[in-house]
Amino acid sequence: MFTSIQTAAQRPTARKWLSAAAGVALVAGAVQSASAQETIKVGVLHSLSGTMAISETTLKDTVLFMIDEQNKKGGVNGKKLEAVVVDPASNWPLFAEKARELIAKDKVAVVFGCWTSVSRKSVLPVFKELNSILFYPVQYEGEESERNVFYTGAAPNQQAIPAVDYLMSKEGGSVKRWVLAGTDYVYPRTTNKILEAYLKSKGVKQEDIMINYTPFGHSDWQTIVSDIKKFGSAGKKTGVVSTINGDANVPFYKELGNQGIKATDIPVVAFSVGEEELAGLDTKPLLGHLAAWNYFQSVKSAGNTEFIKKWQAFTKNPKRVTNDPMEATVIGFNMWVKAVEKVKSTDADKVIDALPGIEAANLTGGTSKMLPNHHITKPVFVGEIRGDGQLDVVWKTKGLVPGDAWTDFLPGSKDLDSDWVKLKCGNYNTVTKKCGGQAS
Amino acid sequence: MGKFHDRILAFVCAIGLIVAAAGLAHAGPYEDALEKFTTDEFSDTAEAVTEVATSGSPLAAPLIAALQNGQLQFSAKDKKVFIKTADDKLIDAATGRPAEVAAPDDLDTVRVNNRLRGVIEAANGALTLMAPDPNQRYESAQSVFKSRDAAVLPAVEKALEAEKVARVKTVLNEARAAILLAADDTSAPDRIAAIEIIRARGDQDSLALLQGLPADLPADVRAAANAAVTAIERNLAIWSTVQNLWYGLSLGSVLLLAAIGLAITFGVMGVINMAHGEMVMLGAYTTYVVQDVIRTSYPGLFDFSLAFALPLAFLVAAIVGIIIERTVIRFLYGRPLETLLATWGISLVLMQAVRAVFGPTNKEVGNPSWMSGAFDLGGILITYNRMWIIVFTGIVFVALLAMLRFTRLGLEMRAVTQNRQMAAAVGIRTARIDALTFGLGSGIAGIAGVALSQIDNVSPNLGQGYIIDSFMVVVFGGVGNLWGTLVGALTLGIANKFLEPFAGAVLAKIAILVFIILFIQKRPRGMFALKGRAIEA
Repeated sequence: MFTSIQTAAQRPTARKWLSAAAGVALVAGAVQSASAQETIKVGVLHSLSGTMAISETTLKDTVLFMIDEQNKKGGVNGKKLEAVVVDPASNWPLFAEKARELIAKDKVAVVFGCWTSVSRKSVLPVFKELNSILFYPVQYEGEESERNVFYTGAAPNQQAIPAVDYLMSKEGGSVKRWVLAGTDYVYPRTTNKILEAYLKSKGVKQEDIMINYTPFGHSDWQTIVSDIKKFGSAGKKTGVVSTINGDANVPFYKELGNQGIKATDIPVVAFSVGEEELAGLDTKPLLGHLAAWNYFQSVKSAGNTEFIKKWQAFTKNPKRVTNDPMEATVIGFNMWVKAVEKVKSTDADKVIDALPGIEAANLTGGTSKMLPNHHITKPVFVGEIRGDGQLDVVWKTKGLVPGDAWTDFLPGSKDLDSDWVKLKCGNYNTVTKKCGGQAS
Repeated sequence: MGKFHDRILAFVCAIGLIVAAAGLAHAGPYEDALEKFTTDEFSDTAEAVTEVATSGSPLAAPLIAALQNGQLQFSAKDKKVFIKTADDKLIDAATGRPAEVAAPDDLDTVRVNNRLRGVIEAANGALTLMAPDPNQRYESAQSVFKSRDAAVLPAVEKALEAEKVARVKTVLNEARAAILLAADDTSAPDRIAAIEIIRARGDQDSLALLQGLPADLPADVRAAANAAVTAIERNLAIWSTVQNLWYGLSLGSVLLLAAIGLAITFGVMGVINMAHGEMVMLGAYTTYVVQDVIRTSYPGLFDFSLAFALPLAFLVAAIVGIIIERTVIRFLYGRPLETLLATWGISLVLMQAVRAVFGPTNKEVGNPSWMSGAFDLGGILITYNRMWIIVFTGIVFVALLAMLRFTRLGLEMRAVTQNRQMAAAVGIRTARIDALTFGLGSGIAGIAGVALSQIDNVSPNLGQGYIIDSFMVVVFGGVGNLWGTLVGALTLGIANKFLEPFAGAVLAKIAILVFIILFIQKRPRGMFALKGRAIEA
């Protein structure tokens, strides 16, 4: 190899070409390193292919949109932001690999990413080892608080429990009998465990709770819907709490509509169904079924109207919907920008220490705050499905609800506390006064 | 003279209108109630609905219908309520005539929640008990049965006297019984009579009503209620077996539909086609495109959208299938592992291509009106879309059998599968037959996609959910035999549905898989194995 280059270099014309090429390469290298100094890299770790692409692609677009908006304002600390987008392809081990690539190779300052809990668990060791920051924007089952992760989605006490409270209230129909239906994986199982304990603490008897799990992508709901109908005809008002995930929701709602289960008979409140999922459905038979979120596109506030307008202009699609995980991404992004501006650095340790206490406006007219347990305060809304695929807010919490990492309704996690400011610990056991207590 | 006459007539009409308007404008309970719609509070709206319904005003029924359809608008500033018609005109709810003033700028829809919907249904039921259309009267009586509102009792009894249609009369009787049962001051004999009527109705709602009765009833009433509950439960248990059978048949038909194309490509040709699910997906997306075009250009044809989609889906999937066969698979005949990997790659390419073109989100494919809803058959509920899919699967199956049996192409296909060399020797162009067979299998997967788009969601992942099940059905039924595929699909469907009620959906699926593994150990060639030379071909 070496000799052939030497011989080529000895020929006059070839030498000229070679030096020109080398010059270009040098210049290009210089430009690249110069631009690398001027930008702050932001990693985007959302699946763009595979089963989760349906949900996660939107979040990738959201981060790109926020970076675009921030750069229009002049970037952060005088530097432009630059997105590094990778595709973990709904493949959980690949999430860890791609996270490592983002942090170690691309040297990103922060990562926005993950949707499923299993993908988050898969990248956790990487973020701890390489000491970087992950913003996780999706509602999840709680029972976790890590130094390197900031959870901007809802913890169970910010979604599941208020929704159940609403159904129990007179306005929500005074539900006395409960069906907890979910997809068979960690989020529904943990959420249902928490809800079951919560319902029992409210005096609901075991025989008034029916728990049902289905595989991912379940499409034949005839038996289960007719079981729900049967369970609902025991003379007490019945409600369904659905943690059914992703694609399985469409055939589930179609079957509900076809078997004539109306929201006035048996209301279904869903935790994973938002504007995006409803876009693939004829929602007329679903009128009045519920969803609990911290954000709805239909919420009227100046911030929301402006956001929707800019978002639709950015995506060049006047019908593009917005949803809750998008808002969580927006809040997380703004919090990170504020923290970086506060410490005038993108150093992970400094930003992690600066984040608790940072406030950022949410799109529903309030101000969310990052708490010492790395969760945020959010309002909780219950919305009813309208005929046009949007949701009408029928109930909301009085103020903002602080996210609780460790639920108070499970025996193992009741005594655990998380505080990264004073205790520097994500799972402090308040009984044994030791850090490192395990949730069972 | 004629002109003068017209003028007088016009004058009289105008006076009549003014008088009518004045009569309406006179503040009555109806007009008082209207204002409560403008506060944007659910509890006020609920009161307003009840007041409007009992006001006796002729404008009450259209107002409540508008509220139910989300057409009722209010202006908080002017304290006025309007009904928005389909062509975007405003009707003043107080007068029932087109609004004279320009639309206020703070116009907003009166919001409704579930509790309100219950109130509205009850109010509507009472208002439309005397409607001219018997179907509407039937629906109203049903909603009164569910709401059991004691205030409606006089209206029900009046309607009962006037009613001529037998089936409406039955429901009215049941509604009356339900109200009497729910009321506190009903005498014991009346209650027992009411329980008998409810018992005769015998469905889930009746069971709910009887089980929800208060505990402190007289002993004889209690006994009658308990007897009725037991009788209804026994009856429902028998029907639930029938229902499981029906659900199994329905699941089986979906499995058959997804697998039948594979039975051709895998069963007859021996090609392990992992991209089979994506052919189904292409068919579903074809349906989406057809519906999209129809919605924007010819909305009147929507009910026929599936008729257009079927041949198109067949063509699209068949052409893609033939292209795959000609460019990839034909070089890999006899090398199953390479075929598997190559077709799996193709399936990923197709999914990502669809994602790039249509986006990753679900697409809305509507059910035509004849495929929505359900009807009662004895004690079970049969949904139209499932029923039509069973019928459709039957037609596809018979058509495919006939094609293989009676057409020249079918004959050549069978010849090639049974003995390729001999078929080539008698002059059949085997390469062409290979391509056409693969195209046929793919095309059938495409029309399966049209049917599946009616019950499942149309997303790039649609095919993934069916590929494993399809292979399961074909292997279980016996490779190379369409009848085996039919029996295999129905067996698996019915077994699944009988396991599901007590094992749960997850365990039922596992149990079926374990069963198939054991079965394959015993009979590696499936239920209906081909015998003789065909196996070696």
